[in-house]
Amino acid sequence: MINKFVASPEAALADVPDGATVMIHGFGNAGMPSALINALIAQGARELTIVNNNAGNADTGLAALIAAKRVRKILCSFPRQSDSWHFDKAYRAGEIELELVPQGTLAERIRAAGAGIGAFYTPTAFGTKLAEGKETRRIGDRDYVLEYPIHADYALIKADCADRWGNLTYRMSARNFGPIMAAAAKISVVQVRETVELGELDPEHIVTPGIFVKRVVRVAAPVRKAA
Amino acid sequence: MKKLDRKQMAARVARDIPEGAYVNLGIGLPTLVADFLPKGREIILHSENGILGVGPKPAPGMEDDDLMNAGKEPVTLLTGGAYFHHADSFAMIRGRHLDFAILGAFQVSVAGDLANWHTGGADAIPAVGGAMDLAVGAKKVLVMMEHLTKNGESKIVERCSYPLTGARCVDRIYTDLAVIDVKADGLHVVDMVEGLDFQELQRLSGVPLKKLATAA
Repeated sequence: MINKFVASPEAALADVPDGATVMIHGFGNAGMPSALINALIAQGARELTIVNNNAGNADTGLAALIAAKRVRKILCSFPRQSDSWHFDKAYRAGEIELELVPQGTLAERIRAAGAGIGAFYTPTAFGTKLAEGKETRRIGDRDYVLEYPIHADYALIKADCADRWGNLTYRMSARNFGPIMAAAAKISVVQVRETVELGELDPEHIVTPGIFVKRVVRVAAPVRKAA
Repeated sequence: MKKLDRKQMAARVARDIPEGAYVNLGIGLPTLVADFLPKGREIILHSENGILGVGPKPAPGMEDDDLMNAGKEPVTLLTGGAYFHHADSFAMIRGRHLDFAILGAFQVSVAGDLANWHTGGADAIPAVGGAMDLAVGAKKVLVMMEHLTKNGESKIVERCSYPLTGARCVDRIYTDLAVIDVKADGLHVVDMVEGLDFQELQRLSGVPLKKLATAA
């Protein structure tokens, strides 16, 4: 019997080695898998390469992972924010390497990894600093930049509901990077608000099919303001 | 002459967005455009983080952590709106499905080069977000910015001194002084604020401008 449910975030992340590449889902706080990030901090893996749209906000989640000096390199599109002080400090001190990637290129590089694509040409960033040193090609009447996939060892994802096969649904704009990161990582670990019996999720509404998911942990959601 | 304030600039841009348009509003000044879209028109706002049909700010106490715009401010979803993942969201952008991207800028060149992501300062931490994708992807790129810097220098320049977001991508510039189309043969003034004459706009801009027949 397939059962991807794991008892705790700690159990789900026990095997993350030093030096791993870890994708972290979320756009700001929407979709950020806080319980999994906290478990990763407690687990102690170091020298991590992190893939996320941002570089942490305030003092929790990814920001706490950076503050704990576990991150060697980060790939993201928008590190600088009013409350990205932990990243800012580490970056200015030369303790963290930054690979800045335009947001659509970041998404497509992640998608390409999950889809088995070797590389792709995108018009984004042609003629800018972010394309310096990259292969370019004129196709038709447009100029393109060659970009490579971003593969990961782990993806930490927050979804809404899951069944024991790992089928997932998301909630509102918290979907963002979840589906593509789940496909791009060797081991996708998902925290969900609710687990359901097989068959309870409408097959028409499953966003991430279980083939992309390895481990699922139910984490009680913090009390949400009335919606 | 009377410069437009930020709200008047937003209202001026909003007037030009037609019924049925799919539009992405950049962070900052462009976000204000949402408040001035004519009520009778159905215009669908896109947000990079996977929303079509972005609605207004929720009432106090009704915010939902899972429903944010690209500026990470709480929003609502219009009836008929949809959620999707990031790769689909940028397929909409890069694949030329958006009618308009409305972006802020540090500088725009006479050729339509856009600089809006990085000052290039040695100490500045760069951040690009979706700006480069929007610059190359939207069918029309509209820029909103003040005409002059705090030091009185034109932000419309011969060549951008800041790092580029995209080359030859801007279609129209809305400033607090004028509306200017970027065309293959140069910059065409479409509209000017009351009390400003073409010669004065030309003097302030410092780059060659063409007067449209319809402009005052």
